[in-house]
Amino acid sequence: MEFLNALADPAIPFLRYALAAGIMASLSFGIIGTYVVARRITYIAGAIAHCVLGGIGAGLYCEHKLGITWFGPLSGAIVAALLAAIIIGLVSLHASQREDTAIGALWAIGMAIGLLFIAKTPGYIEPMSYLFGNILLISEFDLWMVLVLDILVVGTAVLFYHKFLAVCFDEEYARLRGVRTDLYYLLLLCLTALTVVLLVRVVGIVMVIALLTLPAAVASNFAKGLLQMMVLATLFCSFFIGSGLAISYSFDLPSGPTIIVIAGLVYLLATGLGQFRARRN
Amino acid sequence: MTAASTTETAVRIHDLDFAYNGTPILENVNLEIMARDSLCIVGPNGGGKTTLLKLILGLLKPDRGDIEVLRQTPEKSRLHIGYVPQYARFDPQFPITVLEVVLMGRLDRIFCGAYARQDREAAEAALAEMGLADLAGRLFAEISGGQRQRVLIARALAAEGELLILDEPTANIDAASEEHLFELLAKLNERLTVMLVTHDIGFASKFFKSIVCVNRQVVLHPTSELTGELIRNMYGGDIRMIRHDHRCSPEGHCSHGIS
Repeated sequence: MEFLNALADPAIPFLRYALAAGIMASLSFGIIGTYVVARRITYIAGAIAHCVLGGIGAGLYCEHKLGITWFGPLSGAIVAALLAAIIIGLVSLHASQREDTAIGALWAIGMAIGLLFIAKTPGYIEPMSYLFGNILLISEFDLWMVLVLDILVVGTAVLFYHKFLAVCFDEEYARLRGVRTDLYYLLLLCLTALTVVLLVRVVGIVMVIALLTLPAAVASNFAKGLLQMMVLATLFCSFFIGSGLAISYSFDLPSGPTIIVIAGLVYLLATGLGQFRARRN
Repeated sequence: MTAASTTETAVRIHDLDFAYNGTPILENVNLEIMARDSLCIVGPNGGGKTTLLKLILGLLKPDRGDIEVLRQTPEKSRLHIGYVPQYARFDPQFPITVLEVVLMGRLDRIFCGAYARQDREAAEAALAEMGLADLAGRLFAEISGGQRQRVLIARALAAEGELLILDEPTANIDAASEEHLFELLAKLNERLTVMLVTHDIGFASKFFKSIVCVNRQVVLHPTSELTGELIRNMYGGDIRMIRHDHRCSPEGHCSHGIS
């Protein structure tokens, strides 16, 4: 296999990094994606993902214009994602009407801020690679970052599994059982934000939401319960990333879109199959 | 009155007013519910039934007056209430097993990690009491409406409260399930205070000891007083429900004067 040889080639470490980052991140994507799909907050997760561009822009500006070397695009992305999660979370909790309008506005404002920062950053910066991913940008440092965030997200999600499940399934009842549901909802959105940042390098801001929700959506066709759905979603997610990288390398295609197209095709197939089975029963 | 009745009070409401966005929903409510009572809260849509329930659960705060539930504020006694919401409001595709739903009744007993063995045992016992022991591993979405209703009651029982509150449990379930539901409630009433909201008055007289009529005002009657005259007063108009046997559509209850 050409791809396997390429993985072992010391001259192209980024392919190894991309695969390692993808497999590690699949765990977070499977778990958090399941919550996002089950709670039907894809739109909110999408808004958070797009706001990340604001942080990336600010990070680039700080690094190149202001010379703040410790605050680069990745730190900016994390800060922006968390900030966006909290603001959007508060809007969705407290806005009694027109929630979608407010969230749509935040979505666009976050991106606009990022593009303004990038325009004012000296030197040419290609926003495309942040919007749609570029595995050439992945360094060994990113890998460590992914590992730390992954442990944080998975650890929290596993520790508070029952709380998140209850808050997603029946928020009112969870409140009556003494759970601070607003806090857990915000925490869940913050975990979603961190998860999105994990793979911005590989698939980019625009497409990361598909990688968050499609594996869980495919898994929901086969899973009996949330836990099974998480396990299956993790497996599907790492399969999409692995096969996407292999195909993109073999046919010289951009890796982000290849991964998303594979995920999309499998999703359509699984949903079609599910419909077919449901109709036969 | 049965031997199980006590003189303890389960819920006491004193001079309560509640308005929503300036529109008065409940006015000057005084109510005392005795422990082990079984009561049915009836009234037209928009009359304030659900509001009264949410005030008792502490999900809403009164503008005036006070509420005491199980001798404490509603917020404090919340954990001792078994609450059964309408099953129809759940996302039908949510991937959760029956046992996981019932375990939610024990949610206040864990901070993080897994449930303890006694929590699982309590949940399984509650399921068994509802006759659903063999459904524990099934998806909540796969089972029938009547079964989901009983799963939610099992969840309320797993919480081991003293007061059981059900919101419109007879909406969207068939006659046989409804019959079964009232047999179960009658049994539970031997050890719990049972409150049930409905706009289906017909069965009120069969099982309940008291009936609470809610239409901005709140009035408690023993079931024996439930007459056509009373129902007419309560619904504020000439209504046809008396000829409706024991099941009628929500529209059948109200002719006019309903918000």
